[in-house]
Amino acid sequence: MAINWFKYSSPSTFYRVAGKMVPWFAGSAAVLFVVGLYIGFFVAPTDIQQSEAYRIMFIHVPASILSMFIYLVMASYAALGLIFNTRLSSMMASALAPTGALLAFLSLWTGALWGKPMWGAWWVWDARLTSELILLFLYLGFIALHASIDDPRRADRASALLAIIGSVNVPIIYFSVQWWNTLHQGATVKFTGTSMHVTMQQGMYTMMLAVWLYAIAVSLLRVRCIILERECKAQWISELVEIRR
Amino acid sequence: MNWGEFLAMNGYAWYIWGSYGMALLIFIIEILMVRHRRRLILQQLHLMRNAEDAVT
Amino acid sequence: MKPRQKKFVYIILALVALGTAIGLVLYALNDNISLYFTPTQVLNKEAPQGRGFRMGGLVVMDSVKRQSDGLTVHFSITDTAKSMPVVYKGFLPDLFKEGKGVVVHGKLEAGNVFRADEVLAKHDENYIAPEAAYAMKQAAKGQSAVNAAASVSAPAAK
Repeated sequence: MAINWFKYSSPSTFYRVAGKMVPWFAGSAAVLFVVGLYIGFFVAPTDIQQSEAYRIMFIHVPASILSMFIYLVMASYAALGLIFNTRLSSMMASALAPTGALLAFLSLWTGALWGKPMWGAWWVWDARLTSELILLFLYLGFIALHASIDDPRRADRASALLAIIGSVNVPIIYFSVQWWNTLHQGATVKFTGTSMHVTMQQGMYTMMLAVWLYAIAVSLLRVRCIILERECKAQWISELVEIRR
Repeated sequence: MNWGEFLAMNGYAWYIWGSYGMALLIFIIEILMVRHRRRLILQQLHLMRNAEDAVT
Repeated sequence: MKPRQKKFVYIILALVALGTAIGLVLYALNDNISLYFTPTQVLNKEAPQGRGFRMGGLVVMDSVKRQSDGLTVHFSITDTAKSMPVVYKGFLPDLFKEGKGVVVHGKLEAGNVFRADEVLAKHDENYIAPEAAYAMKQAAKGQSAVNAAASVSAPAAK
């Protein structure tokens, strides 16, 4: 198959392709949110230990897992930008960071609201919670470092280094509950399967997919802004319909 | 099941709706921020183009 | 050196620095990154002496006794090898139960009694519906219900 992938790595082509893809991702995310919340609140049964409080899981777990996954994707894009010197990869990394940071915050927030009634504390300095907090700071550090350097290409390189180094934190978050004594329980979602009632699983995976598609949609919207901002002198941009109007 | 009972969530209402409320708030704020960012850059590009047209 | 080679060297340097950093962090934190000590560790005097620390384990069955003031609770924590008596005055979290996980903060007093000022419940990673739990209990008791429970409860099936 002779697809010229480099064509898609040019900002002008990607700007158009991303614009066409956004409604599909956003639309399916919206549908899946409705389905996921319906399953989570009306189909999934009450948990015998935690009663209704466990329903926080349907947003907490997707936010946590996506905050980790997006970090790895962001670091990969940043690394590609560093090694192959492709502008678009670095722009994608910058576009993913705010979404990842918001999801990391949401994970901590929902975790606190879940921890208070179940454990008896909003916050504990255990390895799982602390490493997730470090993830939030890594996102914030990435955004801040990128913003603090005027030359965008230099900013890309410096923040890429931070992103790559910080990615060690992701496996630490995941395995923290196995490696150390923590208050946070062990992983429910394991590589080998899930220890959960089947409709609870369906609700959780649906919500996870919904948050994933939402993250893709909003990052594509953001990368379109970044392309316009950074390529503003390019000829193709001044020929865009939305500018000509 | 009635709605009052559903909303009360067996006494965990604040925790559960506080979680989902924050999620909704974050998604809305993020979308508004991206829209704002797009409007700003389009405005700026518009100005740049008009300035170019004025020169040529 | 060409710029490309130079960049490669920088990347290698960063990776080396990264590896060293992980190693150091793991080495430095290995001892006290754990949130709590087990009763066995406490009895072996591995826990800090004279200052507060956390101890975790399971609440021993039938060990919970409330004093007449309604607030002070006595119970024992076990890691299945050793167990340790705990005294606590205050409110217990919703999930505090005999046979379930718990993490307490406090100090060791004379006579190996742990005086707690905070009790946190630790729940497990299993989420089970009431009917599935019932089916599992039946299965544990009887013989014919085994297949039914396996089909109802996801944890057993996976």
